[in-house]
Amino acid sequence: MAAEDTKRWLHQRLVDRIRQGPGQAPAEQRRAAFDNAELPEPLRALLDKVATRSAQVSDADFAAATQAGYTDDQLFELVICAAVGESSRQYEAGLAALAEATDGPEAR
Amino acid sequence: MRPSVLEHGYGVGPKLLFRLIRLMSGRPAPDAAKITFYRPDFYGAHVKKLTQEAMRGPSAWSVGDRELMAAYVSQLNACPFCVGAHTATAARAYNDPERVAAVLADLDSAPIAEGLRATLRMLGTLTREGTLTAGDVRTVLSAGVSPAQVEDALAVGFAFNTTDRLANAFAFEVLSEEGFEAGAAYLLKRGYK
Repeated sequence: MAAEDTKRWLHQRLVDRIRQGPGQAPAEQRRAAFDNAELPEPLRALLDKVATRSAQVSDADFAAATQAGYTDDQLFELVICAAVGESSRQYEAGLAALAEATDGPEAR
Repeated sequence: MRPSVLEHGYGVGPKLLFRLIRLMSGRPAPDAAKITFYRPDFYGAHVKKLTQEAMRGPSAWSVGDRELMAAYVSQLNACPFCVGAHTATAARAYNDPERVAAVLADLDSAPIAEGLRATLRMLGTLTREGTLTAGDVRTVLSAGVSPAQVEDALAVGFAFNTTDRLANAFAFEVLSEEGFEAGAAYLLKRGYK
C-alpha cells in the first residue's frame, strides 16, 4: 500500500505545483486550462484539443495563440496544465471506481 | 518542437548535456528527454519522479507489463512518438517483440495472461471514455488482479495520458527504429530518473 500512497502523493504535488506555484501565466488561467473550462479564444481551441484530441493540435493553433499575445513560456505552462488536468480527471475517476469496487479505499 | 522556446530556450547546463549525449550516443537527445530540462521546476523534475515510481517502482506488474500498458494507452491516444518508444521498450523488456505487436494489433487474441488483458481493456475504456465504473474494475479484479495492481496500472495510465498529450501538442520528433531501440535500452538501464 505504501507504493500506491507514494504515487498519489507525487501526483498531488505535481498538480499543486502547476496550478498554484509560480508561473508566467496567471494561476487563474492555469487552473482554467487544467479544468478545460471558461477559456477565452483562441486558447480554448488549442487547449481543448490538447485535452480531448491531442493528435489534432496544429502549428496554426499555436500561431493563433501567439498572435493573441501569449508567450511561448505561457503556452508551455498552459499546455502542461491542460494535459495534466485531463489525465488527472481520468486517474481520479479510476481511483474512485476502484474504491467503490473494493468497498472503500481501506479494503485491500 | 513547438513552441520554439522548447527547441532553443535551454540554459547552459542542459545545452552542454545535450551536446554530451550527442557525442556519446551519436544521436540527439530525444524530445521526451529534452523537455524535462526545460524549466524543470515547473514540470520536468516533478513528472520524472512520478513516472519513475509508476514505471520502475515497487509493483506486482513487471517492467515489461508496465511498458506494454504505456504502449497500449499511447496507441489509443494516437501518439506516434510514445507508441514507438514504449513498443520498443516493452519488446526489449519481455525479449518478445511478437507479444507486444500482437497486443497492439488485437488485444482479444493476443497471447497474454487474462489478468493483464483485463487490465489493458480497463485502461482502454478509461482512455477512450474518460471514466470508469466500479463494474469495470470488478471485471478486472475477478480476473485475479489485485486492487494494488489496478492502482498501479492507473498510475501508468496517468503518466502516459499526460505524456502522450504533450508529445502530440509539442510535436516531439518521431525517431527512426534505431533511435527508438537506443532509447529503449536507455530506459531499461536507467529508467525515467
